[in-house]
Amino acid sequence: MRAILAVASVLILAGLPILAPWLQFVLTLAIAKGFAALGVAVLLRAGLISIGHAMFFAASAYSVAFLARAGVGDFATLLVLSVLAAALTGAIAGAFLIRYRAIFFAMLNLAVSMVFYALFAKLYDITGGSDGMLVPIPSVFGVTLSEPTFKNILFYLSLTLMVLVGLGVHRYLDSPLGHALSAVHTNEIRLEYLGIPVWAVLLIAYVLSAALAGLGGAIAGFAIGRVVPEFAFWTASGHLVLVAVLGGIGGVPGAFIGALFLELLHTTAVTVTDAWNLIVGAALIVVIMFMPKGLYGLFAREAGAGR
Amino acid sequence: MRQPILEAKGLHVGFNGVKAADGVNLEIHEGEFLAIIGPNGSGKTTLLNICTGYVRPKSGSVLLDGRDITRLVPRSIARLGVARAFQIPQLFSDQRVIDNMMLALAAKNGLWTVVRPLETTDRREEAEALLGLVGLADDRNRISNTLPEGHRKLLDIAVALALKPRLLLLDEPTSGVSALERFPLMEALMGALRQRQITALFVEHDMDVVARYANRVLVWNAGKIMAEGHPDDVFKDPRVLQSVVGVA
Repeated sequence: MRAILAVASVLILAGLPILAPWLQFVLTLAIAKGFAALGVAVLLRAGLISIGHAMFFAASAYSVAFLARAGVGDFATLLVLSVLAAALTGAIAGAFLIRYRAIFFAMLNLAVSMVFYALFAKLYDITGGSDGMLVPIPSVFGVTLSEPTFKNILFYLSLTLMVLVGLGVHRYLDSPLGHALSAVHTNEIRLEYLGIPVWAVLLIAYVLSAALAGLGGAIAGFAIGRVVPEFAFWTASGHLVLVAVLGGIGGVPGAFIGALFLELLHTTAVTVTDAWNLIVGAALIVVIMFMPKGLYGLFAREAGAGR
Repeated sequence: MRQPILEAKGLHVGFNGVKAADGVNLEIHEGEFLAIIGPNGSGKTTLLNICTGYVRPKSGSVLLDGRDITRLVPRSIARLGVARAFQIPQLFSDQRVIDNMMLALAAKNGLWTVVRPLETTDRREEAEALLGLVGLADDRNRISNTLPEGHRKLLDIAVALALKPRLLLLDEPTSGVSALERFPLMEALMGALRQRQITALFVEHDMDVVARYANRVLVWNAGKIMAEGHPDDVFKDPRVLQSVVGVA
């Protein structure tokens, strides 16, 4: 039942831009943010809240811009290298940050992300400062494409990656390593006494979460066509935590459901009133108060009842 | 003479001026079931903490098969075949009983294979067999923090057994277990230890359990070993009767 629901959702998503072409950009951006929120959700499994994951989102997006400026024009190469750059940044930052727990972890992630923000904003000669950097339309397998064609490819690739990467992350969370990650939240002493190195479990999760945020950042960079320091600002990180909690941290789809919900709500609310924040805020209060397991909890319960 | 499996030499450790170990030497040999008894706060649990790398002694050393493990961390000592069950059970409280077991089994073998799920047929069967051994077969799908205290204790022991240790350190295995379940638990535990050739050291307050199951008893008092020997002999010692057993 759950599989049918998932397949149907993906098919509807794939069909939406055909019916309403303006939605394509919104959905691409939502999926991009969904990847980053999934990264945050992975760490939430271990009880670690990162209020700094936008740094990896931005690091990857800027990597795309830098590599493009350096002459790398192939889409796949840019995507892979930028995600690797985010993963490497995650490995370096993570080696230091995973020693901390609770509020210290959250605040240190925020602090490091703000260093990134400051660097992107202040190194004007390198990063373009607050003007940001352009992300040109790359070639796909050597073929130069028009912008609408590329954006089409980007959307359907994002959708495909959402399914494939989502399945991969689900597999990881269901593996012994994923269970060990959840166990960090409840009993680190027992983990150590089982001979499991907690630091390695956390570092792997941190690098994975950075890579996921990086994948989202690269897609967002391509979709928007420009990267700006605000990608790394702390409110962007807070937004990712919000998306992860809103969607529900119980399963992989939660992050994407949360991101789609928030982007669509935001897009709709903007057309209704200038005070769109009011609508978004009210919707969040409803979800938080009445759906403790997030939006995904609602779907999971429906699917469970149908079995 | 055979080399002891675990040997402590000249252990000194203190907390805020209280001596938990004051020049202690002890040995445990392959196949033994060594009991440590003593008053509360005398340093028994501290000894287990030192032997598993959780506490570093001020001086002295701990040898496992002749190898100095004094400076190793708990996970390294665990990987050398030393498992521990705790006085207060250390479980993954929001996970199912069976998942606690399967993670312990995976920790021994297969933690890093991310493509295979935690729950495989083999692992599940092995976990269920161990749960059956300690009498928790019916609780396998319960979330572990919903278990009664005695059953949590049993699960903690089963988790330690899942590591297939050579040496098992048990901290008051029967505390929190009902009087009716105490001896069946000990019978099952002893059966598992014999079958798997596991040497064990256990801290215990129940003198009936000690008298019935230990090969050797070590009486710990104020950081020192007050008496040592077969339970029948030790329990005749008037000093032990007075200060530990509570009989004047």
